[in-house]
Amino acid sequence: MKSYYIKRFVSMLVTLWVIITITFFLMHFTPGSPFNDERTTNEAIQKNLEEQYHLDKPLIVQYGMYLKQIATFDFGISIKKSSQTVNEMIGRGFPVSFELGMVALVVAVISGITLGVIASLKHNGVIDYIAMTIAVIGISIPNFVLATMLIQQFAVNWKILPTATWSSWKHMILPTIALATSPTAIIARLTRTSMLEVLTQDYIKTAKAKGLSPFKIIVKHALRNALLPVVTLLGALAASILTGTFVIEKIFAIPGMGKYFVDSINNRDYPVIMGTTIFYSTILIIMLFLVDLAYGILDPRIKLQKKEG
Amino acid sequence: MGSLLEVNNLHVSFASYGGEVQAVRGVNFSLKKGETLAIVGESGCGKSVTSQTIMRLIPSPPGKIKDGSILYKGKDLTKLREEEMRGIRGSSISMIFQDPMTALNPTLTIGDQIMEGIKQHKQISKVEAKSKAIEMLELVGIPNPEMRLKQYPHQFSGGMRQRIVIAMALICEPEILIADEPTTALDVTIQAQILDLFREIQQKRDVSIILITHDLGVVAQVADRVAVMYAGKIVEMGNRRDIFYSPQHPYTRGLLNSVPRLDQEGELVPIDGTPPDLFSPPEGCSFTARCPYAMEVCKRVYPLESNLNDHHQINCWLQDERAKRILHTI
Amino acid sequence: MGLPQETLYEKKEDIALDEWFVPIEKKKGEAEAVVRPSLSYWQEAWRNLGKNKLALGALIFLILLIIMAIIGPILSPHSISEQKLINQNQPPSSEYWFGTDSLGRDVFSRTWYGARISLFVGIAAAVIDFLIGVAYGGLSGYKGGRVDHILMRIVEVLYGLPYLLIVILMSVVMGPGLGSIIIALSITGWVGMARIVRGQVLQIKNYEFILASKTFGAKTYRIIRKNLLPNTMGPIIVQMTLTVPSAIFAEAFLSFLGLGIQAPLTSWGVMADEGLSAILTGHWWRLFFPTLFISLTMFAFNVLGDGLQDALDPKLRGGK
Repeated sequence: MKSYYIKRFVSMLVTLWVIITITFFLMHFTPGSPFNDERTTNEAIQKNLEEQYHLDKPLIVQYGMYLKQIATFDFGISIKKSSQTVNEMIGRGFPVSFELGMVALVVAVISGITLGVIASLKHNGVIDYIAMTIAVIGISIPNFVLATMLIQQFAVNWKILPTATWSSWKHMILPTIALATSPTAIIARLTRTSMLEVLTQDYIKTAKAKGLSPFKIIVKHALRNALLPVVTLLGALAASILTGTFVIEKIFAIPGMGKYFVDSINNRDYPVIMGTTIFYSTILIIMLFLVDLAYGILDPRIKLQKKEG
Repeated sequence: MGSLLEVNNLHVSFASYGGEVQAVRGVNFSLKKGETLAIVGESGCGKSVTSQTIMRLIPSPPGKIKDGSILYKGKDLTKLREEEMRGIRGSSISMIFQDPMTALNPTLTIGDQIMEGIKQHKQISKVEAKSKAIEMLELVGIPNPEMRLKQYPHQFSGGMRQRIVIAMALICEPEILIADEPTTALDVTIQAQILDLFREIQQKRDVSIILITHDLGVVAQVADRVAVMYAGKIVEMGNRRDIFYSPQHPYTRGLLNSVPRLDQEGELVPIDGTPPDLFSPPEGCSFTARCPYAMEVCKRVYPLESNLNDHHQINCWLQDERAKRILHTI
Repeated sequence: MGLPQETLYEKKEDIALDEWFVPIEKKKGEAEAVVRPSLSYWQEAWRNLGKNKLALGALIFLILLIIMAIIGPILSPHSISEQKLINQNQPPSSEYWFGTDSLGRDVFSRTWYGARISLFVGIAAAVIDFLIGVAYGGLSGYKGGRVDHILMRIVEVLYGLPYLLIVILMSVVMGPGLGSIIIALSITGWVGMARIVRGQVLQIKNYEFILASKTFGAKTYRIIRKNLLPNTMGPIIVQMTLTVPSAIFAEAFLSFLGLGIQAPLTSWGVMADEGLSAILTGHWWRLFFPTLFISLTMFAFNVLGDGLQDALDPKLRGGK
């Protein structure tokens, strides 16, 4: 089992390295990038850049130095707002984004699983059909579309919830709904399909033949197996929630990292772009790794496999 | 009379998009204490449905008990409420299934799965449950039971898993054990071991066993009495001697003839044809289309029951005196 | 046993008449009549799909959508870029069927023009995913061994890359616009398809019926056509159908952030972005139409993809 995890860890590092490398070279090769543009915005900034990024040195050396810099978690200074370091911006924005993302994830997981289980138990009935149709709708409406619809209805028309910022729990409702709906739908569908398959398995028949109560059969026997694919999905879901925050934060004017990211893209603020990209990717990759770990713990067949996973 | 279990005129059907499938069409048999009854027949004859109906494990849409009763110690199992039935499953009547590779939950330890049966039905402490589980594992011949309790199903071979399944079924000391094709998925050598185990358990624990199978070899080894099923009905029933040494029903004979034997040369003789469509089963004897001795009456009317002696019964028009006219062909 | 006898009859002779005790003449083969006629794989699939009303509805919707995308801008008397500032921000009326935007442009014709762009992006992405994915996955699966191992390691790493992030980065690098979006989507999107194709190829390589076909002397081409294709194409078609909505989503997402389609082109995402600020001033139609169509289109593709999946899976035959 150990070797399995070491492999995964190494894979994780490799992916991270690939992203850093891609990001670095992309930024440096982009025409119009302050890194290689003769027309500069102003002298002071250009000087800053040259010092910061040693632009006189060969690219490979710059790359090496950037790697070193990153290893010490220093992401450099913003170009457009030269008084701020990227680290500061991340430090300010990340906690907010994290809160938003985590709440959305938890809501999605709990609602999704519950809905999926209920739909699977009332299989082929009216409830199932309605639930699954809602689920497809949930997947199909992009989160930013949903966000705008929610604002339109609840904030503008009915004026019961605030539109912007992130100051009270009331402010959390609309953004969370917008962000969590699609993942809820995906989880619900997967849980349902998985439960349906598990419920036809022989070991469920065995459990019934032992006279166990339906609750025990569903929770102890069925769910444990049915949730395994869902756990695998969590990594990808975390990614989609994360990218969702960019757009949700923009719409609801929430001061999270997403806002900085999107702004920096529109402003071509390359150090910020690079720094936040790498930071985001790291978070994602860590999440994927955690999910893998969790899956390994939950499924005894993986836990005890000595060969490659 | 001393029957532990009595199945009377059982009719079970399934609603499907093509109509109603009559899987069990009037089955009668009884089970005495300490005996092993084998129900034999080809796929689709209704033997599994019958046994699962005893346990009320058939999902209620689409399945339905259309008629009949199942009397266990005087109580009619078909009329019990689900909670009452749950009290019986696993404690008074237990069932084991065909494929040991999938019968166990892969994410739980076998100890957990064995003990959960007894914890469900009896007020018992964890320590007592554990020692009972160990006792069961020893009974079914799993070495080193204490350590094995903590292991997971995938760490056991097929034969051992089937033993574990049997241990699970017996932990509450049921009076009846229903085994649905318990050896079909196993190698022949393992099969022999499991059958030996059945015999041993029966002696030691005085359990009555209903054994469902399509394999006559299995029947010969363990059954006291045999019921031969075809297309939802029992066509012949007798004790082991009756069935193997003087089978009367053409289907039973066909089955026996189609079993390859080491001491016989020549071609294998299968029974021509396939079982009838159970959407609209024939009026008369369902074996008519495949029976080499079929008569006009067989097509029209279902054969009445004949008692060949007080333990051998059969439903076949060939038993009627008027059939002796063509009996020279038998 | 106690089988309830027909006690209504006193004598057996009344139920079973004497003259019936004669042998039957049987027709040969009667005993083995097959109950239902068998259908070919595609016929069966089409029949299954037909039973799914929702999926059929989705298919019809999409066909109508494509038709409108082609003729829509022509239908309306106004062009897509004609600006009549006097008429800015008009609600839907008989003259401007979907209303106008802040520059007095006709939302109706712009919506269908946006449809062209969004559909184009979606379908292009699906096709490119298919081409690259099939080539890569097919090669990997077919060759097996070291080649497969290496190719799959690469895929693993790529799979871990956050899709949208890469797409965003690509757009930054290549500058926004239709071409960059498609390239960006293609660079990462094929990975899923490659995995599926490889899985299918691996499965099929060893299928017994392939061996059986070979032993009957069937030529390779025939094997591929009659055996491999029907079984592999299912998941591939489903994957393509489901790629479209995610590509449409990605485009809309990017355009919404300002990174996608740029003027003078427009897409539903761009229109939604422009429409967002308008809701505060009550011009609901500017947001409504693009978002409505994004959602409906994605919904239709998802439903169709689901329906295809159910229909093309031979294991589900005879169920329900």
